[in-house]
Amino acid sequence: MNMLLVLFLSFAEIGLLSVGGGYVAIPLIQRKMVDDIGLLTLSEFTDLVTIAEMTPGPIALNAATFVGLRAAGPLGAVFATLGNILPSVVLVSLLFMVYQRWHGLSLMQSVLASLRPAVVALIASAMLSILSAVVFGEGGMGAGEIHVIETGLFLLALILLRTKKLHPIAAIVLCGAAELLFAAIGWI
Amino acid sequence: MKRRTGAKTLWQLFSGMLTISAFTFGGGFVIVTLMKKRYVDELALISEEEMLDYTAMAQTMPGPIAVNAAILLGWRAAGLPGMLAAVLGTIVPPFVIISLISLAYAAFSQSAVVRIAMCGMQAGVAAVLADVVCSLGGKVIKSRSAVNIVVMIAAFIAAMFMDVHVILIILGAALAGLAASLIARAKEGTR
Repeated sequence: MNMLLVLFLSFAEIGLLSVGGGYVAIPLIQRKMVDDIGLLTLSEFTDLVTIAEMTPGPIALNAATFVGLRAAGPLGAVFATLGNILPSVVLVSLLFMVYQRWHGLSLMQSVLASLRPAVVALIASAMLSILSAVVFGEGGMGAGEIHVIETGLFLLALILLRTKKLHPIAAIVLCGAAELLFAAIGWI
Repeated sequence: MKRRTGAKTLWQLFSGMLTISAFTFGGGFVIVTLMKKRYVDELALISEEEMLDYTAMAQTMPGPIAVNAAILLGWRAAGLPGMLAAVLGTIVPPFVIISLISLAYAAFSQSAVVRIAMCGMQAGVAAVLADVVCSLGGKVIKSRSAVNIVVMIAAFIAAMFMDVHVILIILGAALAGLAASLIARAKEGTR
């Protein structure tokens, strides 16, 4: 089969099966790309996961570009990326039509009303996982060390966000820049 | 909310998602938090309730959460062209960044500068999430709705301490809402 078609279909399959985000997509990518069609070696896959964690964007899209480029150049990356988003575009668009038509119903309203606090709780839980890595390092609380500078940056950014309406992207970039500055003067 | 189409909205969808997608580390919830800041608080293209609904819907659908949320936002703000603009904005940054990095990926993944900057940016990401949790969580508590507060606490415990899958949590919350409204109706019926 044509390599572009293989890339498109493989990543469409990964897109269709990965319900619930990145941590579901990682094992799917491994199974498909390393075990099934052999477009990646296991060590390339490990590199991919490392890079994906260090760069912005959904891991499945990072993987699509990474694998597509290696297998068939820039066009391969385009086909893999488009394949990956195709199931989303179709299914989520259908869901949007359903939502627009029926979200005004009182029964739908009460279901949605109780979904919203659950979403807030899920964001809080994601926040605490990241915060734990910031404060205690990747080892978690058990490692017994506290990263004072990163914790300070977190608190300062939070105060500026809440009181000065600092732009969120500015907060993220400034924290990265401050960390580099501290490393340059030898505090870290 | 008035539906605004036209080049300006399409540009806001494309450029906003481009910026958010280029600076978002750490998964789907980070990106929807930044989307809320941009499209609800700053541009008022959609309402806060819609953004929360879209977040739950994006989580339960297959595919990257960022892409799913962009599809919903795009349709709502400007129909089919809006959906295409928002999705394009979301997929361009990972495409460009990974293409550049794969030219020299060993050097990149071992770079101390990248690792240090990442470490600091993670503190910023946690602060952005904490800010939104304070605002939204405060509203849930102020609503004084027992169902909402119980759902929020139960969902938090399930996600944080019991490792329950996100989709089960969303389904559970939906069932709780359904049950609460059926009970309320039954009570009205007997009166």
